[in-house]
Amino acid sequence: MESPPITTTPSETQLIEESAEFRNLRRSFRNFAFPVTIGFVLWYLLYVLLSGYAPALMGTRVVGHINVALALGLMQFVTTFAIAAWYARYADRRIDPRASAIREARGAVVHAPREAAE
Amino acid sequence: MNLIASSATDHRGLTMTLFGLFVLATLGITVWAGRQTKDAADFYAGGRAFSGFQNGLAISGDYMSAASFLGIAGAIALFGYDGFLYSIGFLVAWLVALLLVAEPLRNSGRYTMADVLAFRMRQRPVRTAAGISTIVVSIFYLLAQMVGAGSLVALLLGVSGDAAKRWTIVAVGALMVLYVAIGGMKGTTWVQIVKAVLLIAGTALMTVLVLAKYHFNLSALLGAAADASGKANAFLEPGLKYGVTGTSKLDFLSLGLALVLGTAGLPHILVRFYTVPTAKAARKSVLWAIGIIGGFYLMTLALGFGAAALVGPKAIKAANAAGNTAAPQLAEQLGGGAGTTGGAVLLAVISAVAFATILAVVAGLTLASSASFAHDLYANVIRRGRVSEREEVRVAKWAAAGIGAVAIVLSLFADKLNAAALVALAFAVAASANLPTLLYSLFWKRFNTTGAVSSVYAGLICSVALVIFSPVVSGAKNSLFPHSDFHWFPLENPGLVSIPVGFLAGWAGTVLSRRRADPAKYAELEVRSLTGLGAH
Repeated sequence: MESPPITTTPSETQLIEESAEFRNLRRSFRNFAFPVTIGFVLWYLLYVLLSGYAPALMGTRVVGHINVALALGLMQFVTTFAIAAWYARYADRRIDPRASAIREARGAVVHAPREAAE
Repeated sequence: MNLIASSATDHRGLTMTLFGLFVLATLGITVWAGRQTKDAADFYAGGRAFSGFQNGLAISGDYMSAASFLGIAGAIALFGYDGFLYSIGFLVAWLVALLLVAEPLRNSGRYTMADVLAFRMRQRPVRTAAGISTIVVSIFYLLAQMVGAGSLVALLLGVSGDAAKRWTIVAVGALMVLYVAIGGMKGTTWVQIVKAVLLIAGTALMTVLVLAKYHFNLSALLGAAADASGKANAFLEPGLKYGVTGTSKLDFLSLGLALVLGTAGLPHILVRFYTVPTAKAARKSVLWAIGIIGGFYLMTLALGFGAAALVGPKAIKAANAAGNTAAPQLAEQLGGGAGTTGGAVLLAVISAVAFATILAVVAGLTLASSASFAHDLYANVIRRGRVSEREEVRVAKWAAAGIGAVAIVLSLFADKLNAAALVALAFAVAASANLPTLLYSLFWKRFNTTGAVSSVYAGLICSVALVIFSPVVSGAKNSLFPHSDFHWFPLENPGLVSIPVGFLAGWAGTVLSRRRADPAKYAELEVRSLTGLGAH
């Protein structure tokens, strides 16, 4: 069962888009998502470039048979998990309340009956 | 071949029985799901009623293809550290989906990727472009899986000859069409969930068995793998596969770029975000997927190095030059070795899991591409939106049969292609054609129809053309046409060139055209994507 889409006329959405609440929401989303994306892509590319062009450094032993290459590779896993957890927390605190405030202020609670299914 | 063939008779019956059980159980689920499928939202999006956790499992099921399970374990077993590089790219890629794509896509689209790309553009040109690129990416990915299935059967069941391979490909193709046509997204999602649980359980069992042999000491496992590999410490360092020449280093960079940017442009992954009720649930499903997929790739590390240490590269290469059977061979070894009951049982279990994996992934791909054919190309381009939902779903079911037939025929001719190269190509096309268009659509107000059409076609044509003129197709020992040579592009993966081309074309098309973007439509998209107001 699909709930009927809420129709919002273009003028209405443009008003929302220009409102301070919406700009706040957009800022809190973009200020997190854009810099963090650039950050983890660069960090990943650094790792790829080191693997390709700095074999001596990557081959240095850290502990036992575990070398820098493997440690950095595992660090990529750790940072991926950490960024995901950080975003989940950030979105819960900064994005979701702003988004639902706008939804409620505009008199429409989207998909309310199904929030429980999350 | 020896190790596999010697015990073939022990485990073959058991493998077939287990696999048969999986097929029966999933067909049962499919028929049940088919009875619950009433309208288009049920068929395309599973009624949008899955939970974040369920969808997270299903995403993992869609993503952990045979290429991941068998391919990465094999690559680590043969090339050591360089095999591990794949899994890092495959995992980090999920952050792009989490931060930029999953939630806005869930809110602003309906059934397909093209829904979002065409949201504020002229429908027909953009939907045509997006539909074509969806189908091209999915077919490349499908070919990889089906070709893999063919060779896997020959190796695991110890049957040789082309006839067995062909019948396997036909049977896999027929099953996937059944899953999709009967069960739709609901059935396919449950098949993915069952498969994901089986795959994780199988991998976890083997990981524990491997680690137990080394007293849960990672360093000891690595040392044993390095010793057995015959390459000593070089086995644990980058460079065995990609560090040979300047070109191969560039190729590695190209592959790395395609892997990290491709995931968030894969249509069969993107449509999974429509199966949950809200953007928040879409976020939760990606969070679960990152946890499950990350854990899985960490375990493939143990499998790959374990196979190198316990089975040895010589035996692995003898069974399959690309290392695709390293994981099943390791299973046999862990169970007690060839000829033992334990070995036969574990080999049968892992082989059945591998088949289940292939079957579930091909079903997901068939659904995504047939949905795009029916919803984008047929309903919105050919019939210009004047078509009932019932008819659209009927067309989607026939499209599933058509795409299944095309995939079967292509797979029969393409069985000499390297499965891993095909998957990497699908990622490169997705990263070059789909991701730039998706990101511009969602975040760049000025982006217009000309820009959207340019970035899809430029990314698509550039990536496919570069592959045609690369060593994958001609001029090398293991290319598709080894005896002719018309290659001039040195890299196997086109991403390094075609991804920037896709982004540049979208920008140039937008800036150079006189067409103005519609600010009202962008407001609608932006408000909907961030708040969920008006979302389906």
